[in-house]
Amino acid sequence: MITASDSRHAPPMAQADAALDVESIRRDFPILRQTINGHALVYLDNAATSQKPQVVIDAISRYYAEDNANIHRGVHALSVRATDAYEKVRITVQRFIGAAEPEEIVFVRSATEGINLIAQTYGRSEIGKGDEILITTMEHHSNIVPWQMLCRQTGAVLRVAPINDDGELILDQYEKLLCDRTKIVAVTHISNALGTINPLSEIIDLAHRHGARVLVDGAQAAPHLCIDVQALDCDFYVFSSHKVYGPTGVGVLYAKRELLEEMPPYQGGGEMIQSVTFDETTYNDVPHKFEAGTPNIAGVIGLGAALDYVNGIGLDRIAAYEHELLDHATHALAAIPQVRLIGTARHKAAVLAFVVEGIHPHDVGTVVDQEGIAIRTGHHCAQPVIDRFGLTATARASFAFYNTREEIDALAAAMRRVLEVFA
Amino acid sequence: MIDLYDLYQELILDHNRRPRNRRKLEDPSCQAEGYNPLCGDRVTVYLKIEDSVVTEATFDGSGCAISTASASLMTESVKGKSLEDAKALFRKFHGMLTGQSIETADGPDLGKLEVFSGVCRFPARVKCATLAWHTANAAWEKRETVVSTE
Repeated sequence: MITASDSRHAPPMAQADAALDVESIRRDFPILRQTINGHALVYLDNAATSQKPQVVIDAISRYYAEDNANIHRGVHALSVRATDAYEKVRITVQRFIGAAEPEEIVFVRSATEGINLIAQTYGRSEIGKGDEILITTMEHHSNIVPWQMLCRQTGAVLRVAPINDDGELILDQYEKLLCDRTKIVAVTHISNALGTINPLSEIIDLAHRHGARVLVDGAQAAPHLCIDVQALDCDFYVFSSHKVYGPTGVGVLYAKRELLEEMPPYQGGGEMIQSVTFDETTYNDVPHKFEAGTPNIAGVIGLGAALDYVNGIGLDRIAAYEHELLDHATHALAAIPQVRLIGTARHKAAVLAFVVEGIHPHDVGTVVDQEGIAIRTGHHCAQPVIDRFGLTATARASFAFYNTREEIDALAAAMRRVLEVFA
Repeated sequence: MIDLYDLYQELILDHNRRPRNRRKLEDPSCQAEGYNPLCGDRVTVYLKIEDSVVTEATFDGSGCAISTASASLMTESVKGKSLEDAKALFRKFHGMLTGQSIETADGPDLGKLEVFSGVCRFPARVKCATLAWHTANAAWEKRETVVSTE
């Protein structure tokens, strides 16, 4: 039972139709004030990790300065304060993703750990030889490898739903791959390598008709889209704190309560038990059953501050502004004849991947870094989808609400420099 | 501030545009495949070694400008050298790029390979420059392993 009182005031909700005051927002992010190689930092690697607003840094610092104690253990004042702060974030997260109850929120180390937890608990107990797990071509390695490991352990078979040349899931092919042996569909909400937003409602509805459970990898979606797990009716949803302006080292796993109740524990240890003797251990209630050991208390509190900050701006406004940025960037880069965009789905968010004819993405990355611009180059931990496009690497610019059109223009100018150097 | 052309010197750009010895060798004495998981670059190095002399060196694969130029210049540098001299060159080149070149008054002259001296100021790119050399090293080590087990 979660006992934290929810006395936190709701953050001031911004007007949905008001434009973002990006200059003011940028002042909330101290890291953006620096120069790199003599140029103002242009941080366009947000899909790898986002920068942190001062309120997040302060929340972590304040926790250690004022409230630090272990949680769910002591009767003393600090322990009560730390427990209360930690459990309040569970409620913040519940509301952030539209879960029915805070008990459906499990704090883990990363989105990756959330997927591994499901594979090793739900998967190990529910999946057997000959069963099938269905993923898509555009998954991040963290939504591929845990299922491969589960298949090796159980004799289950991994199936992969294909994508088209624009980087969109081919829905009728996906539907054909579903069968009565399909036990889990694991799919990303937004592709980290392509920016594609998947049609989750259709994907989940089709899977459920075949009796399969659905895990959604929301690592890229949480910073960019309003998430409503009840409306989606997904069975599992994971995301990571550090991509949504919170600290590293914290991930969130959502699972429907009845699934969490049935699932065996993941790791054994303190916190996840009710009583222990050498003969028998009674496990704690959900979600604590899945939170063995002292968790990343400061990190969870930092995540809470990050979600309050995002709520204060409003995800609708964030999504609308980032969409403008993506449009502007798409036009700016598409205007360079040597540039080919990778990932041209109709529904995209905040990611622009590209290659430059005859120039390796690593060289592109180094040249634009000299102009103070941070982009990602490589396979983005999604080698199969890069292979699908016949490539070994791409360059990727990814956006956050603190980015500006001027920064995108700086990237386009730096791309012309790239072409000069390798002319 | 670091100048971009410390990294992308003209000789490097030239070997990137027109890589030398980029072809598969039909009858190599040894070959090895190198892979840089950071960037996905792959290179295969083919060596022909006769009487402990590297008589032919080629490479195949795709990569960034630094790794392509380094592979190209590596093949030019080791060709015609004794295996011992080629290994000494690898050690010295590796030392230059990883900042361990303090004692490098000795050893072979790096010659054209000095063009990579700027790479150590771009730590993220050092592995690009050393990939082909590590692969060549794996190729000749592999050959010796085979020889030693006979």
